[in-house]
Amino acid sequence: MTERLSSALRVLPDYLSQHVLLSAASLALGLLVSVPLLIAARRSARVRWPVLAVASLIQTVPSIALLALFYPLLLGLSSLCKHLFGVGFSALGFLPSLLALTLYSILPILRNGITAILNLDPAILQAASGVGMTDRQRLLRVELPLAAPMLMAGLRTSAVWVIGTATLATPVGQTSLGNYIFTGLQVEDWVWVLFGCGVAVALALLTDQLLALIELGLGRRRPRLAWTGLGLLLLGVAAAAAVPLRAGRDAGYVVGAKDFSEQYILASLISSRIRAQGYAVRERTDLGSVFAFRALAANEIDTYVDYTGTLWTNILHRTDMPGQRRMLRDLSVQLRRRYGVVVLGPLGFENAYVLAMRRGEAARLGIRTIQDLARVAPSLTIGGDLEFFARPEWRMLKERYGLHFRAERSYEPTFMYKALMSREVDVITAFSSDGRIAADHLVVLKDPLHAIPPYDAVVLLSPKRASDPVLRRALEPLIGAIPIKLMRHANYMVERTAAKRTPSAAARWLAKAAHLH
Amino acid sequence: MIAVENVSKSFDGGASFAVRRVNLRVPARTFVAIVGDSGSGKTTLLKTINRLIEPQEGEVLIDEEPVRTVAPHTLRRRIGYVFQGIGLFPHLSIAENIGITPRLIGWPEPQIRARVEELIDLVALPRSYLARLPSELSGGQRQRVGIARALAARPYIMLMDEPFGALDPVTRDALGAEYRRLHESMGLTTLMVTHDILEAVLLAERIVVMRAGNIVADGEPHDLLSGHPDPEVRTLMDMPRRQAERVRALLEERARD
Repeated sequence: MTERLSSALRVLPDYLSQHVLLSAASLALGLLVSVPLLIAARRSARVRWPVLAVASLIQTVPSIALLALFYPLLLGLSSLCKHLFGVGFSALGFLPSLLALTLYSILPILRNGITAILNLDPAILQAASGVGMTDRQRLLRVELPLAAPMLMAGLRTSAVWVIGTATLATPVGQTSLGNYIFTGLQVEDWVWVLFGCGVAVALALLTDQLLALIELGLGRRRPRLAWTGLGLLLLGVAAAAAVPLRAGRDAGYVVGAKDFSEQYILASLISSRIRAQGYAVRERTDLGSVFAFRALAANEIDTYVDYTGTLWTNILHRTDMPGQRRMLRDLSVQLRRRYGVVVLGPLGFENAYVLAMRRGEAARLGIRTIQDLARVAPSLTIGGDLEFFARPEWRMLKERYGLHFRAERSYEPTFMYKALMSREVDVITAFSSDGRIAADHLVVLKDPLHAIPPYDAVVLLSPKRASDPVLRRALEPLIGAIPIKLMRHANYMVERTAAKRTPSAAARWLAKAAHLH
Repeated sequence: MIAVENVSKSFDGGASFAVRRVNLRVPARTFVAIVGDSGSGKTTLLKTINRLIEPQEGEVLIDEEPVRTVAPHTLRRRIGYVFQGIGLFPHLSIAENIGITPRLIGWPEPQIRARVEELIDLVALPRSYLARLPSELSGGQRQRVGIARALAARPYIMLMDEPFGALDPVTRDALGAEYRRLHESMGLTTLMVTHDILEAVLLAERIVVMRAGNIVADGEPHDLLSGHPDPEVRTLMDMPRRQAERVRALLEERARD
């Protein structure tokens, strides 16, 4: 418990400051966009209607989809930019998060502002014209000041939304308080999940209260209150900006990780080995499966571990299934040629998709292979992780074995195992290196027709670090050094409920057990 | 001198007219009351003078200068405007409300301060009110501030649209009389829209009667009271006299007892 809490506290300055900077930038940009829109919309219903309609429409797009959709858009823009001006920009991390959150922040500000201005007393507006105000003076001296309290209320709503939604920036590669939540969810560390939620809630409440102070100062004509609120807000942002500036100076290597336990452990292992060489390391965890490789190819991260089958189908878009050795060889050649990415070598274990069942159930139904399963599948329910049923492996499994289930259900991996144990589903798509297979006494079904490609864990290096001596010296000893049993146990240490360890503790255990020095 | 020449205004593209080919000349330093039923066009006529409403036809001139050649905000800074809704700015103090037009024009601050104090004295409110917000004042006090605000930049024309309409009778009478004195002492030209004939008779030196967008009578109160060819105007102007006679009869009855 204390180990987990102290590990959470250690990354707090990084997570919190990035979260604050992202939220503040989005809100500021949102305000910058919505106030001119508000001014344009206040007089003309022809502007007002479409502006509000678009803002409302944006609000209905699920936030995680909005965040993800900016990635391909920015990727296109970036390559266009590179083509035209010779300079590209990162389509991952801060930029897509900023744009998506900005779009989210607009509606409450805009809607409150328009409502406030439309509901102003006509007598006051007539008086404003009557005393000789120009349109601009009327806006600045009468309409905006009178609409200010409601505008501030809109800004407060926006702030709370943005701070909450910013946690979803984690999967597109932007560090935020969401890292606690995503990591915690993956390794079933509720301390981390609660910690992340708690800090996000506290941040939202604090911001809301400071904005309320400004609102009060404006409403009661007490400028000192308003300035105090604004000052404290700016101070918070400045403090957040100071953290990465300080860290930025010694930022050396960046190690990436996708969003599950094994990835956290391996990232930690890799980091500690680079550190042992005397270099600074930063980790960027919880990258979405596709984002991780893109980030590597764009030199935003220097190294991470991926799996041959995933790269084969998702990156090279291949559907043929050569053997384990040929796949590795072709992959090395193709990734190098197309992306400049180096496959340093396999770690020595596979993390393949496998179909797993409860031992008792499998014995009762006499199922040992997927062929056996196909016979009774129509009366069974299968549970998969969130992406599995959209993956080519699933299509190939169904084709090769003629699989057909009564129902298919998708889960967060953590909950998928729970669903199997509580008999909500009969079969799950587990991972072969998963610690829970042994812990939950599951049976892995054999795949005699080789429908599922090999998933050797391989260490990848970014184009920039292709022949970096430090990385090679640190990482080459890992090649072929980690057997499946050790990886499974390390994963289990992190995922189990009792005597739960942090990923870095598991990485230390793994290094020792694998005799890595 | 205000000259309204052949002014027409329609709000429905010409199907009907709020005012139709209206002509009116108001010499400087006169107090004119415009009376008529609601919908007779009196407010529309008043607003064409400070361009809160633009006429479709005709022309309004102030001292021979067509108002359409002056930017609306510049024009309005030279003309005081008081209306029933008052429209004090709720977020500004009484002092800031009164000083708004001089501030828009760009008077130096000490001069604005002096003018504001002068005006609050003029409308007979204590100076301690200057720091208050409009919401802390009664209706009558607010309309005093409204008049002070209209007078702040030393206009010589005042347009008043039912200025005392929402006030209780006692306040209304007192404020009317006080304003009449200000009108005299400052040498103002005042156009006041009202539907209260008695008020018009007691305050104005000339009464204009409007009906359905036209001026149907125009003359001194005394002349109109003593008879007019138009039967409706006669009925209208008879009202204050009948009321006065009834009051007198009541008083005499009382004296006989």
